[in-house]
Amino acid sequence: MNAAIIIFGMFLVTFGVRYGSLVITQQIALSPAFMRALRYVPVAVLTALTIPFLVYRENGLDLSLQNPYWGAGILTIVCSALTKNLILTIIVGMGAFFVWRMVLGS
Amino acid sequence: MPQTQTRLQVFLLGARDTFPLIVGAVPFGIIFGALAVSNGIHPLTTAGLSLFVFAGSAQFIAVNLIAQHTSVALIVLTTFMVNLRHALYGASIAPHTKHLSQRWLIPLAFWLTDETYAVVVSKWTNAQQTLPHLEWYHLGSSLAMYGNWQLVTWIGILAGSQFQNAEQWGLDFAMAATFLGIVVPAVINRPMLVCAVVAGVVGILANGLPNNSGLMVGAFAGILAGYLVETYLTPAQEQRA
Repeated sequence: MNAAIIIFGMFLVTFGVRYGSLVITQQIALSPAFMRALRYVPVAVLTALTIPFLVYRENGLDLSLQNPYWGAGILTIVCSALTKNLILTIIVGMGAFFVWRMVLGS
Repeated sequence: MPQTQTRLQVFLLGARDTFPLIVGAVPFGIIFGALAVSNGIHPLTTAGLSLFVFAGSAQFIAVNLIAQHTSVALIVLTTFMVNLRHALYGASIAPHTKHLSQRWLIPLAFWLTDETYAVVVSKWTNAQQTLPHLEWYHLGSSLAMYGNWQLVTWIGILAGSQFQNAEQWGLDFAMAATFLGIVVPAVINRPMLVCAVVAGVVGILANGLPNNSGLMVGAFAGILAGYLVETYLTPAQEQRA
């Protein structure tokens, strides 16, 4: 039941943005300031989601070497910055994560 | 009728031009399906997300949030935020689709993904292009993406059913790595960098807030910071970079 509500809610807002922008902007132009702010949305949301996930583990904030998530996360960021290749970044990140967990993990 | 044939040809051309992006979406659909079911999400819920929502990054984020038992309201709000970028897409092609009826606008809007937008935007906005029936081109691109996304989601669901504990396999890190791999190349100038740093730091500081709402606090702080730096601290020529 909960799943149906989540799917319906996600459908509603996703379709709403896509359809709304296609139809409403035929009548009225969005303000340039709003359009500029929109460009920051993906980076802001994904970063605010991912960084806390990497540094907060079960026991709270964990920046020790025993936490493979944030160490491998930094290597993933470096790999992405150097290669800009998404698939390669995921593979290198996963590799770093497994090696880190094997060598240093608790 | 030659008219009908032309529409079919344009439709197929749209699908063909989208092919490289479809190939790129294959691993993500598989990872999505596998991650969802190994996080304990029902296969039908997983397939339902791909069928009715059809928004890759929002679907990944939803899996992450559902696994953390986040409230429905925050999942929907986060989806809204992540998909706000599509408003840019809609707004940029809207002036060129005025002649289309609702019968066209509704399905084309539903299927408007990053990939299809990337393929069709130059056709819609280029006054020199001579392709007839552009809406059929757009439809071909959309349906090719959509069909493929359903297929690879199911492949992922079947693969993911083989291993039930996502954390044990490090699949939760795969999701984080995917997001990082999307974010980092998008940080193309100073305002974007400030946006990312502020969103991350505020996200960490606000982590204890109820219902995972620290995510929204961090995101809004990042958007505001990026916008302010662009507006007040950046020379005009860098703004366009």
